[in-house]
Amino acid sequence: MAILSQTEAQGILQKVLSFSKADECEATLNGQTGGNVRSARNAISTSGGVDNVSLTVESRFGKRSGVATCNQFDDATLRSCVQRAEEIARLAPESPEYMPLLGPQKYLTSANSFAKATADITPDYRAAQVGASMKLCDEKKLTSAAFLNDAAGFVAKRNSKGLEAYQQTSGLEFSITVRTPDGTGSGYATADYNDASKFDARRLTQIAADKASGSRNAQALEPGKYTVILEPAALVANSDASLMQALMSALDARNADEGRSFLSKKGGGNRKGEKLFDERVTIYSDPLNPEIADLTFSGDGRPQQKITWIEKGVVKNLYTSRYWAQKAGIPDVPRPGGWIMEGGSQSTADLIKGTAKGILVTRLWYIRPVDPQTLLYTGLTRDGTFYIENGKIKFPVKNFRFNESPIIMLNNLEAIGKPVRVNGNLVPPLKIRDFTFTSLSDAV
Amino acid sequence: MKRRDFVGLTGLAAGALWLPSVPGFGGTLVDPARLLEPGLDVAVKKRLADAALNAAKAAGASYADVRIGRYLNQSVFTREKQVQNIASGESFGAGIRVIANGTWGFASTNQVTEAGMAKAAQLAVQIAKANAKVQKEPVKLAPQKGFGEVSWKTPIQVNAFEVPVKDKVDLLLAANAKALENGATFVNSALFQINEQKYFASTDGSYIDQDIHRIWPNFSVTAIDRASGKFRTREALSSPMGLGYEYMQPKAQDKIAGPAGTGLVGYKYSYDMLEDATLAAKQAKEKLTAKSVVPGKYDLVLDPNHLGLTIHESIGHATELDRVLGYEANYAGTSFATLEWKAKNLPYGSKQVNIIADKTQPGSLGAVGFDDEGVQTGQWDIIKDGKLVDYQKIRDQAHIVGQNKSDGCCYSQSWQDVQFQRMANISLKPGTEKMSVDDMISKVDKGIYIAGRGSFSIDQQRYNSQFGGTVFYAIEKGKIAGMIEDVAYQTNTVEFWNSCAAVCDQSDYRLFGSFFDGKGQPSQVSAVSHGSSTTRFNSVNVINTARKIG
Repeated sequence: MAILSQTEAQGILQKVLSFSKADECEATLNGQTGGNVRSARNAISTSGGVDNVSLTVESRFGKRSGVATCNQFDDATLRSCVQRAEEIARLAPESPEYMPLLGPQKYLTSANSFAKATADITPDYRAAQVGASMKLCDEKKLTSAAFLNDAAGFVAKRNSKGLEAYQQTSGLEFSITVRTPDGTGSGYATADYNDASKFDARRLTQIAADKASGSRNAQALEPGKYTVILEPAALVANSDASLMQALMSALDARNADEGRSFLSKKGGGNRKGEKLFDERVTIYSDPLNPEIADLTFSGDGRPQQKITWIEKGVVKNLYTSRYWAQKAGIPDVPRPGGWIMEGGSQSTADLIKGTAKGILVTRLWYIRPVDPQTLLYTGLTRDGTFYIENGKIKFPVKNFRFNESPIIMLNNLEAIGKPVRVNGNLVPPLKIRDFTFTSLSDAV
Repeated sequence: MKRRDFVGLTGLAAGALWLPSVPGFGGTLVDPARLLEPGLDVAVKKRLADAALNAAKAAGASYADVRIGRYLNQSVFTREKQVQNIASGESFGAGIRVIANGTWGFASTNQVTEAGMAKAAQLAVQIAKANAKVQKEPVKLAPQKGFGEVSWKTPIQVNAFEVPVKDKVDLLLAANAKALENGATFVNSALFQINEQKYFASTDGSYIDQDIHRIWPNFSVTAIDRASGKFRTREALSSPMGLGYEYMQPKAQDKIAGPAGTGLVGYKYSYDMLEDATLAAKQAKEKLTAKSVVPGKYDLVLDPNHLGLTIHESIGHATELDRVLGYEANYAGTSFATLEWKAKNLPYGSKQVNIIADKTQPGSLGAVGFDDEGVQTGQWDIIKDGKLVDYQKIRDQAHIVGQNKSDGCCYSQSWQDVQFQRMANISLKPGTEKMSVDDMISKVDKGIYIAGRGSFSIDQQRYNSQFGGTVFYAIEKGKIAGMIEDVAYQTNTVEFWNSCAAVCDQSDYRLFGSFFDGKGQPSQVSAVSHGSSTTRFNSVNVINTARKIG
């Protein structure tokens, strides 16, 4: 049931629109089927499944809007869902930020956002992958905690102005923390894919296990400014805030124009067009990139296309709501799904080879905003922090707390490695000088 | 949309318009009137629950529990003079948890019929048996007597869902107007309300019907100096509470004056949103020109609405037994307060530090009659005279620390998620000697007074933390000496709690709350309160967080 074909989905949506008495009506179907397994102490702790299709109906009378949802699709339920949306709309206040629904749109055609291998995952497959991971840790006398989550699904949209959209998607994410039995070493690895056939839990477990064993008996270094190599998982997290995601989330035109963003200009306006980062920094989005294939339309039906956010250090585009684009007279650019930071050909290992003195950071954790004015964030290193000398990892070091801004970080750029996928983005490892560690942590 | 984006009000402005659903706060969007319709009759729920329990036993379960849940919520969002969104949600279904072949299994269904319940129960048993094949040790449950047919309700005075939506909108817009009149450039405000109608039954012989209410008003005021490009925000000093709409009706007896010279007001069991919005706008403007802190060691005087979050992070999470044992290692992390650490009997804090875990305190977010595995709730010591004496446990953990009783800390955010160990209310006992906040400040030579929550970050074993706040005041020679900015303190948990020098008395005691505390994979939210009186910590490391960007 969860993955309806385009014909099935649009058939339901057509029926929904035929029940509408509102001035405007938009209906969206979201379907998802998948499951998860969680393990800790080398045993499965919980597991669950998801199999659901839900319909969202938005009805509008003039500038009043109402939304209702349901997850059954017989005529009576559909009719009642439309009626509820209309009742809520009649009660709602007028929205001063009303925008008429979009008419027909042209969307890119994605060949890679959905993979059959991911849709075909069974509970046995999950148990086998996590089982292989736990077996490796048992063999090495290490303790692991892991999470495997996968889903395949579709989104379909249709409205009374003629807009029609449909796309299938799939994704799998896995993360693992491996610890030594004495509690003095910890390592982490994570990966995510559209296509589950690329996934190998044992390979990722090996990486985390090596980091756990290698990080035992860490030495303390004085806090201060250090050259660091931040691995991709230290720049973007799959379950927490992160420095690079914080930067990308701050590219909102309205916040900048309203004066409450690092992109706000003294005296008014925003800093689009200014060079704010090292000239090697180029970040763009492309929903058709085969490594991170994404939806080709946004939640409100706007097309997602290839767009450059930062080019050679210059801010090129800001995303915006349709209302703000119209009010401010600026390009109507939706917030993207994933993004790609351009990089070179060097792996993290190559970056280490080229480093005289520095610190390798596997992962940053509990990252929280400190000052939105400068995009200053704090957080800590975790699960594998190592001292580098003369191109080699010398010894593990105790974890640090950092206080740093991604803006400052991307001005202190020493080298960019080869991008890899993290949480739906392509992120290169970065070598950064003068990264600010402000205190030590005893945490392992 | 991620939970943290949902909670952050300023980021929400445009994106939340007509948001169809929010994880942890979703459900089917309904007409507000639907929230007042009664749920299933208790007799019907008992029959449905028995269908699930019998099916589970027939399929081979040695234990089963069923939760039939109707989860109602409503949120109202406004900014400046306009309503952004009003959403009323309902989610109804049942979750069935079983032990078969010594292993847990769980399944949920929204087909709340005898047949639907039986099918889900059978699926839960099937999953348990499949997982049993890779399980090394059987689940051991602490014994729990059945309570028969019982019920419990949050002792509210006014059901928030009975208050017309228009009244709520009017209140938020009035608060916005106060902020704008007093110099705010922008203001976002919101009101969240939750009602959990939960029915629990288990093979132990319990049939427990509960009706639980929570509420949270919140706002964020922004002041901007266009010429310099500087902007500052001041968040509401409200708390999420386990109360009804009476929390929104201010009462004089619930107000306690903040330190002389600050204009601050502390709120106990009711909140004056208009008064706080007025002060917030003035303070947001004042923050634009406040002096930047000189980093160094300061004695900190921490308001309960700030200290609650520090208690939450550095004691609440650190003493959850599942974290201590490694069950959260891949996400939230573990804890320094291991069984081995506890056995050393080292001081967690000074003698002033007495921490109580509680699931019964009226007005608190964690108060319930019974937890989500049928354990009657109570109160117990976590830290006594500075020493760690116990953890927070559920039924399948008690035996690991040599106990045979759960603490009643099991919770699930909905019928469709499996229940697991969540934090109880964790609170600092007030001091026994008479002491007001002004008495406390009068003895501080060089210090900083902090109120409200700010930036917070702590490591995965709960050693090193950094906390900001909403407003900061310098204390010089026993007196408040003006507002300061760019303050954050960095501490080590044990050093911090050992530097606790004094706690104000009961008259200053208030509850702080966390409405969307996240834990687990997939992540679930829960709500929990932390009570304290204003507390002094000596010689804490304060950093300056101001930076320059190009």
